[in-house]
Amino acid sequence: MELWYTDQHTDDVRFSMKASVQVASKKSAVQQIDILDTPAYGRVLVLDGGLMTTEKDEFIYHEMITHVPMAVNPNVKNVLVIGGGDGGTVRELTKYRSIESIDLVEVDKDVVLLAKKYLPFTSAKLKDKRVSVWFEEGLRYVRGKKAEYDLIIVDSSDPYGPAEGLFTREFYGTCFKALRDDGILINQHESPFYYVHQRSVRDAHKHIAVEFPVSTVYQCHIPSYPSGHWLFGFASKKYHPIEDLDATRWNKLGIRTRYYNTDLHRGAFALPNYVKDLLNK
Amino acid sequence: MTLNQSAVPLADALDAQRINRLAHFDVPAHKGGRMNAELPEYFGKRCMELDVNSMKPLDNLGHPVGVIRDAQALAAEAFGADNAFFMVNGTTSAVQTMIWTATGRGDKIILPRNVHRSAINALVVNGAIPIYINPGRDKRLGIPLGMSVADVKKAISEHPDAKAILVNNPTYYGICSNLRAIVRLAHQAGMLVLADEAHGTHFYFHDELPVSAMSAGADMAAASIHKTGGSLTQSSILLTRKPVNPDYVRQVITLTQSTSASYLLLSSLDIARRNLYFKGRAIYQKTMEFADYAREEINALGGYYAFGTELIDGDAAFAFDRTKLSVHTRDIGLAGIEVYDHLRDDYGIQIEFGDIGNLLAILSAGDRMMDVERLISALAEIKRLHERSAAGLFDHEYIDPSIAMTPQDAFYAKKRRVPMKESVGLVAGEFVMSYPPGIPIVAPGERITPDVLEHILFAKDRGCFMTGTEDMNLDYLQVVG
Ligand SMILES: Cc1ncc(COP(=O)(O)O)c(C=O)c1O
Repeated sequence: MELWYTDQHTDDVRFSMKASVQVASKKSAVQQIDILDTPAYGRVLVLDGGLMTTEKDEFIYHEMITHVPMAVNPNVKNVLVIGGGDGGTVRELTKYRSIESIDLVEVDKDVVLLAKKYLPFTSAKLKDKRVSVWFEEGLRYVRGKKAEYDLIIVDSSDPYGPAEGLFTREFYGTCFKALRDDGILINQHESPFYYVHQRSVRDAHKHIAVEFPVSTVYQCHIPSYPSGHWLFGFASKKYHPIEDLDATRWNKLGIRTRYYNTDLHRGAFALPNYVKDLLNK
Repeated sequence: MTLNQSAVPLADALDAQRINRLAHFDVPAHKGGRMNAELPEYFGKRCMELDVNSMKPLDNLGHPVGVIRDAQALAAEAFGADNAFFMVNGTTSAVQTMIWTATGRGDKIILPRNVHRSAINALVVNGAIPIYINPGRDKRLGIPLGMSVADVKKAISEHPDAKAILVNNPTYYGICSNLRAIVRLAHQAGMLVLADEAHGTHFYFHDELPVSAMSAGADMAAASIHKTGGSLTQSSILLTRKPVNPDYVRQVITLTQSTSASYLLLSSLDIARRNLYFKGRAIYQKTMEFADYAREEINALGGYYAFGTELIDGDAAFAFDRTKLSVHTRDIGLAGIEVYDHLRDDYGIQIEFGDIGNLLAILSAGDRMMDVERLISALAEIKRLHERSAAGLFDHEYIDPSIAMTPQDAFYAKKRRVPMKESVGLVAGEFVMSYPPGIPIVAPGERITPDVLEHILFAKDRGCFMTGTEDMNLDYLQVVG
């Protein structure tokens, strides 16, 4: 018998990978969590049936969501990560000695517990002294914060489940308030490729653009995600993502990355026409 | 068949009918949706197949002798009433049936002025005479409360010939009068007590909620199952107790009821009743927890005031319905309707209504915590982005009426059209209200005072959805004479 895991990318498109063993399965208060071992993608995390993290290509996502803002403002001291219970984003952030505090807010405690146990490749740095983990609804956590962070990273799952509230205008506005005057907001921005996801891409961009003076998106290629073509949002109160990029300074930090580099940084903001059209609609 | 609360006799009979695959040579002509493929595509095939008309095994709402009778008997038992009537024209039809059962032309009925328009409409039709009690008013919030017992006592002694007293249980904002005391006074004076429970269905299913009309001893109650009880929109239940004669009530209902009552609506009442009977307590427990949490978080934002049981004063605010999330917005310089518009237009959040100084959000067990968080955060954002000075905001939702003639005399009088702004001193021949909440600012037969005009113009200016007048733009008013 063969075991296959299928991620339903749209009603009409599926993406399947062979699995060797189901490592963990748990129905948490929030969602169904599964962890599988696969020959092609290594260990993978699946939430409510949707693929979240794979051992093989998570580095792309986590490097791009982290190093792009850090290279624009290397003086970031206080960071808030919303979602991201697998710990991958935190792992990248801990590479910066200059960062003083990282608050991770994850609505589902079980994701963090299972990640600590089964996904050491992403979760290992959750025990860094600078990291505090809060198990709370992201929207609720940020509501109480005012000018406390230099960088907020929204590392959410897609907007059709528990993360729905993290794609709303009230959430982005609340993040604006929680950021300092030169704060940056990065968010997981979905894929622009399939029609069924386009609306959330466009709406998220529209909601962010009304709150932040600088607002754009950048892209990368993530093989295991729907269509492989993935976007992140870059919004800030002050910094421009390319004009304010200090490549020399970032390169001097000597941070080891497998996907990100400062040339790619510039290129990532060069968008295909269909994406430009979608955002301007 | 022995009946118990786990049965849904009407819903089961309707479904059996669907499975039987009868050849239909009766109305409706869509015949299970086959006449127009767009209908099943839009509504779902099953919904279309359930949309049938009255037939032998499905009983007849106008003369129930089978499954409708049984379903109504179960509803009566679940609500602690002697009789229950399924209604298909909203709680409007239940309120009107109560009034038409209790009064005829020239009879008096005591009622608070902050009733829903359906009650005064009933008087326009049957010519009964309203004896208004001015509701208490909360000074800070500007909202009308319930009736004080002393005012009820006074009205009864001044009008001992009145036939009935109508009570909101609760008001739209969730405030209750001392219903037990009012029932005692009314019954001593030989008057019936009619309860408008459009917003109180849930009182029957949780002991920490205010007392329900039937357990307080009221004679008739209009319970809007469709608003907070989970049945389909427009379905409602009328509850009665002895000595009200159920056969007379049925006759009154059939005066205006459709002879083709929707079985979708009726069966939804049957299913909602069973659900409430078995799960009502848990459902409303969850609703109260959502509302209590939201109140606490909204009050922590500052500026907003999400009011609750602290309003209770033992009299005109005798009890408060904790499932209601009513928020006073005037202190952030915004009318409730302005916050309502921001929520809808900027944040994609639909609430029940916003009026001049308040907004109301309806919570239910169907909500999700993340949506409650969205509402709270959106309110925080609206305050951050739009807060302004509260100066110049109109500060009361309720104005004591100045009555010149009965609603019926005014509505059917010879009328003329005058510009709204020139209507002060004249007697209105029609209603003006914002909907929701649908409580008339002015009703037929009432004199327009400067306060009333100011209220109308302010509400219109702030974007309230104004209704009632012949003139769709509300620039003109029909006045008597
Ligand atoms: C107090 C009150 N009574 C009666 C009604 C009428 O109910 P329906 O809309 O179901 O006809 C309403 C509706 O808003 C109401 O608020």
